[in-house]
Amino acid sequence: MMNMAEARPLADARKSPVQKVPAPRPARSISPQVVDVGVQVAVVVVLAGIWEFGARFGALNPFLLPPLSVVLGRIWEDVLAGTVPVDLGLTLYRALTGFAIGAVIGIPVGILMARSAVVRWFFDPLVSIGFPMPKIAFLPIFILWFDIYDTSKIIMVAFSCFFPIVAATYAGCSSLDKWPIWSARSFGARERDLLWEVYLPMAMPQILTGLQVALPVGMITTVVTEMLMGGRGVGGAMIMAGRFADSVGVFAGIVQIILLGFVVVKSVEFIRRRILIWHPESRR
Amino acid sequence: MTDVLAGKPDRRRSGPSWSYTVVNTALRFSPLLLLALGWEFLGLSGLVSQQMLPGLGDIFSAFSAMLFGGDLLYNTARSISRAATGLGAAVVVGVAAGLLMASFRTVRLLINPIVQIFYPMPKSALIPVVMIWLGLGDSSKILLIFLGCLLPVVVGTYNGARGVNPFLLWSAASLGASRFEVLREVVLRAAMPDILNGCRTALAFSFILMVSSEFVIATDGVGFMISSLGDGGQYPAMFAAIFFVAGIGFAADRLYAMLSRRVLRWREA
Repeated sequence: MMNMAEARPLADARKSPVQKVPAPRPARSISPQVVDVGVQVAVVVVLAGIWEFGARFGALNPFLLPPLSVVLGRIWEDVLAGTVPVDLGLTLYRALTGFAIGAVIGIPVGILMARSAVVRWFFDPLVSIGFPMPKIAFLPIFILWFDIYDTSKIIMVAFSCFFPIVAATYAGCSSLDKWPIWSARSFGARERDLLWEVYLPMAMPQILTGLQVALPVGMITTVVTEMLMGGRGVGGAMIMAGRFADSVGVFAGIVQIILLGFVVVKSVEFIRRRILIWHPESRR
Repeated sequence: MTDVLAGKPDRRRSGPSWSYTVVNTALRFSPLLLLALGWEFLGLSGLVSQQMLPGLGDIFSAFSAMLFGGDLLYNTARSISRAATGLGAAVVVGVAAGLLMASFRTVRLLINPIVQIFYPMPKSALIPVVMIWLGLGDSSKILLIFLGCLLPVVVGTYNGARGVNPFLLWSAASLGASRFEVLREVVLRAAMPDILNGCRTALAFSFILMVSSEFVIATDGVGFMISSLGDGGQYPAMFAAIFFVAGIGFAADRLYAMLSRRVLRWREA
């Protein structure tokens, strides 16, 4: 009780009125951040312009780099024809399902590795060998075992996502600070409470980093599986276009996959900030 | 050698004995033996067909046949040379770009938007693009590996070079180092841990892109070999080639980790 009473004025002192006074701002000056953003947007616009007009006026071979407007027109046609939503949806479905399976298996295995010597004995060599391996090489085995449809694609994605997730979870859970665990125990927390209230929150930044590494790996893998096995999806559509020397189709696929990758990566960053809103890293 | 010359005690001598290490390693990797036994049992008991899960003996004999009489080594050399060329170019260009981005605001503003746009893109999507640009030969795969490995190196170098302690820069400048000398002698070295980390990611990417591009477009290389063995139904040989490639990837990563620990010896002191 005494401590809390003493802590109150400190908390209030941090919001001292001195800091509330807004810094005097010189009028009519552009902040460097605005300049930075402006220049960077301009770079993108100029590059898009070079792409468009270079291809249109023959400076760039229009087969090797079809004009941006033609590519966007193709995407619009395909949106109207309904193939773009189907392809993007299938790619996203395979990537996210495989990623989710990898996470649902990988996070508990990582936690158990940190908590139990038997689990660690069994999985440690498998993870330390599997983590640096090029997992994509195993694709023909999954094709052999699970045929060429969604099952084998999703299992392949889950297999490649599993290792970074396990490694990060294990690293996160095995280097925990002792003090919060001891204080929780001394307050009478049971092992199950400890897991949810102490281990997981403390390891969460590293687990999320593992997930952030695994998701792009899963998307790379999804695209490759689609290129090899067909069955729609952005990768399948792109490799078909490539085989028929339809360069507009290939670049339409690239633009779609850039957008998809951008949206996925940014939403994961957003989710990370929401989950770790209590963590010092979010206060920057 | 250098340890002895520098008068430091040789740490290796005080370590655990040789036989202890062997037993320890064997115990550590015993789960792999369990898995192998399970594999053999599933195949022999007939629960899973021999086609799906060829016996380890068959896989091993197929492996030695490929190694001594076949084209496994030739294809591996082809693949590795592509990966090494692409990765090497990516490291050179990426480190230079990252250092320049960290030192000059103009360069940063020019390159950053490109990095931001292309970083989240799954790099394997470039396979059809390089196929259209450069055809089915070596150059398309080298370009793919170069592009795929470039961004991790750029981002690692940039982050490392941005995080250099400013006191080091000021001291070097006050001792009369030119801007280029500071970059080469201070920034490059201080950023080395992050650069090496970025290169490690790039090394993993180079293997992924090497194998997957050879699955999709190639006339030789290990990826091509694996997929043609699979198409031909020679499953023991296919399993052998896959384990071989996975082993090379693993060995490359381990070797890299050893080398970078050596390069970063100064950090531990």
